[in-house]
Amino acid sequence: MGAYLDAAAGAPLHPVARDALAAALDDGWADPDRLYGAGRRARLLLDAAREAVAEVLSVAPDRVSFPANGAQALHAAVLGTLAGDRRAPGLVHSAVEHSAVLHAAEAHEAAGGRAIAVGVDRFARVDPAQFAAACGSAVAAAALQAANHEVGTLQPVDEIAGRIAVPLVVDATHVLGHTDVPPGWSVLAADARMWGGPGVGVLAVREGVRWRSPFPADERESGRVPGVPNVPAIVAAAAALRAVEAERVALAARHRAWVARIRDTVARTVPDVEVLGDPDARLPHLVTFSCLYADGEALLTGLDRRGFAVSSGSSCTASTLEPSHVLVAMGALTSGNLRVSLHRDTTEAEVDEFLAVLPGVVADVRAELGAAGL
Amino acid sequence: MSTSMTLDCRGRRCPLPVLDLARHIDEIAVGELITVEADDPAARPDVAAWCRMRGHEYAGECAADDGTPAYRVRRLH
Repeated sequence: MGAYLDAAAGAPLHPVARDALAAALDDGWADPDRLYGAGRRARLLLDAAREAVAEVLSVAPDRVSFPANGAQALHAAVLGTLAGDRRAPGLVHSAVEHSAVLHAAEAHEAAGGRAIAVGVDRFARVDPAQFAAACGSAVAAAALQAANHEVGTLQPVDEIAGRIAVPLVVDATHVLGHTDVPPGWSVLAADARMWGGPGVGVLAVREGVRWRSPFPADERESGRVPGVPNVPAIVAAAAALRAVEAERVALAARHRAWVARIRDTVARTVPDVEVLGDPDARLPHLVTFSCLYADGEALLTGLDRRGFAVSSGSSCTASTLEPSHVLVAMGALTSGNLRVSLHRDTTEAEVDEFLAVLPGVVADVRAELGAAGL
Repeated sequence: MSTSMTLDCRGRRCPLPVLDLARHIDEIAVGELITVEADDPAARPDVAAWCRMRGHEYAGECAADDGTPAYRVRRLH
């Protein structure tokens, strides 16, 4: 009973990753920069993992590095691209980027730089012309997610890449392993947790793009990530990525059908609900909706009691008590917000059970608030 | 332009300000304004969203005497 439906916060470990992790803990624990046998074995594993990830991204292996996690990959991607062009102070980004990008933008501003947030439409999509127009002469870099992490809408990355002259940092966190990665990126960041790998980030800098480490650097990872890399985690992440790439098209088709069913059914069975994000140009595995007269925290608790793990962008579920900046930017209802995200182990029976219990959970929360009949 | 009713939702957390609004909208005449004074930041998007979902007009934001954000809604039906 119940199910984990919060893959966008981290998918369960892929079985291939589990096996690769166990093997690499035995064979890849040593420092890969050491010249003795154990070091050389770790180096071989790390090189093979890097090649596998580079192949999926269609770049040379030396363009790929592995930060400790997704947030650090985003920080390095944004701030390193800005550091590559110190003559221009500006960073352009969408208003609906992941908080790690917004935190990098804040750090850039605190250091004397300028950040320009571009607004979005009701689906959370930026307008390509408006975004490109913001990338004027005093701008060093632009940052745009490939897909929004809260409502699943795909962004027009390639169209924007064709219109701007500055490097485009693309947050590929929720597309890599789930749908096509738009090739318009100059610098890319991702997070292995989203495709069933362990916690490790990916940073890729395309050939010819100027990127300079914004942090103290050493000679590791092409000077992009200091310190000894977590070889077992990187090996497992790469193995999982190769595995999910092989099953991706079939899995995405299945998820797309279930997400469409969730969108239709929720709109039909839950009164006063807004289903969010673009209905078509969207991630295959993620769906979000907001319920009027319901608080997100009570919905999460009610669903958790029935064994369902989902997430919420409502203010009452945030440590800051602020509603999600994504929902605010798109002008959506923020109360009673729920995000459901599927992974390779999700079954049709779990989706059906979720859809069966949801109307009752929402009704209970509304009854508790005295909202019946309003 | 006169305001017909003001709701004090200070300290009321999301989604309570919108519930207060829904409970009192029928107490003003069609075409008149009701003002929701609310310090929860979620009230800003949610009052506007409620107007869209319920077919009333969101008439914009002002500030109460103490600086608390106030959201104005015109009853349309």
